[in-house]
Amino acid sequence: MKSTLLLLTCLAGAIAILPLCAQQADHKASNQASPAQVKQASSPADTGRGEQVFKQNCARCHDAPQSFSPRISGTVVRHMRVRASLSEPDERAILHFLNP
Amino acid sequence: MIRSMLSSACQEIVRDLSRPVDSVSLQHRSRSVRARSRLNEQRAADISDNALTFARRSHDMPLLKSDESKSMLIAEVPRHNLARRAILVALAFCVASMAAAAQEIQDQNVPLISGGIGFVTSTNGGNTTYIPVISPLLAAPIGNHILVESRAIILDPFSPNGAGKPGYNSNLFMGLNYLQADLLASKHFTVVAGEFLTPFATYNERLSPIWIGNFQDAPLTSSVGTMETDSSVGGMLRGSAFATDHVSADYAVYFSAASTNQQFTAERASGGRGSLYFPTGRLEVGASYGRQLQNVHENFEGFHVWWEPPNTALRLRSEFSKGAHAGGYWVEADYRLSRFKNGESFVGRFEPVFRMQQTFRSRPDSNDGLPGANTQQADFGLDYRLPHEVRINTSYSREFSSTGSRNIWQTGIVYRFLFPTWRGK
Repeated sequence: MKSTLLLLTCLAGAIAILPLCAQQADHKASNQASPAQVKQASSPADTGRGEQVFKQNCARCHDAPQSFSPRISGTVVRHMRVRASLSEPDERAILHFLNP
Repeated sequence: MIRSMLSSACQEIVRDLSRPVDSVSLQHRSRSVRARSRLNEQRAADISDNALTFARRSHDMPLLKSDESKSMLIAEVPRHNLARRAILVALAFCVASMAAAAQEIQDQNVPLISGGIGFVTSTNGGNTTYIPVISPLLAAPIGNHILVESRAIILDPFSPNGAGKPGYNSNLFMGLNYLQADLLASKHFTVVAGEFLTPFATYNERLSPIWIGNFQDAPLTSSVGTMETDSSVGGMLRGSAFATDHVSADYAVYFSAASTNQQFTAERASGGRGSLYFPTGRLEVGASYGRQLQNVHENFEGFHVWWEPPNTALRLRSEFSKGAHAGGYWVEADYRLSRFKNGESFVGRFEPVFRMQQTFRSRPDSNDGLPGANTQQADFGLDYRLPHEVRINTSYSREFSSTGSRNIWQTGIVYRFLFPTWRGK
């Protein structure tokens, strides 16, 4: 009973941490991610608003970069928040679109 | 000078950014050390607090050598401690998950270096100038609410000496476009301090980077309202006033002090810009105001309309701006052939561009940057987007003026780069 409880706890923890490890492994495997690739990888419901906000705000002035490292997606979006005077929800939506 | 400033800024940023990472790893280390020492104390307490337990346990539950480590975790632990330890293990996993997630967020905020490098030729009235140019941009977030960003430009235009003389003459120029710190104070307010692009109309802030603008040349009216230097030194408040599904509004207000520093030249001025955007119609309208507060006090007014008709690849941009001595407008249209063909196809990479400009002079002013006489100019451009962020711009312009008409031919190739300041592990 005791060992089962501990085993279950360990399993729950492992299940909680596995997706993060998998996500990190994905990032390591693909150093470059493009918005198009991201769009394919995530569900339309998740990226729909982010894509819309991106088109309405960022793409009005320039095209999306063909590819860039996911490690700078937060910096890119913060830069765009200042440049394009994005609202905070829009910033989050674009960040989710670029790096779900 | 710029290089040393940028390198020192980079070093400071790297130093600042490395702190949280170090502190995170230190917290991890101290947490694990504390957990280990707590476990040892627990074991020592289990043994020393009740010596009989240990003696009796050896009687009640004879341990196999292979099960020794397991027994330390399960068999030797009293029942009430087992639940506590299970909670500890679960907590440890939760903390590890949260730390990993935090690290993931941290990993998205690596400082970046972006910008463009290009080579432009311009033949204006028969005189050709070759312009190699590089415009690097640095953006470095600090914490969750601060962004330090800077853009510089280095160009070395050279042209034939002419008059039968061999060789070329050149004139190296290096300068900062802006160097600013942004504090994301709230949902609606961003406080900007330092040297920043003057927020007047749209060209200066949005289209001036060499990797963004459709034409190599700025519009004739680009100097109106930007106080000649395009940059201001002081403070700015900007942000999104509100945003709904049907309309959003943004604003920017600033005050600039007079500065004669070579790298931070600015005039004492104030002003602002506000715009409304209607996402359904993809229409933006806005107005700008600026007031020069040194020497002769002057007002500048500007209006802009941007429209991208829904479900088309057409894009229309226009600006009207007026100063005390001169004013004018420009209207630009571009159409992406990717609408007909795949954006990756040969045809789909073309983008024809057209711009019409006109300036009006009411009083002579040699310093306002506009032509000395009423001028009309038509620009015809054709851009081609190569793979790997390379773009070729070509344009022909015909300028009509009472002082004489002329042709302007321009070609350019620009590579846009964007990468993190350091490689990931």
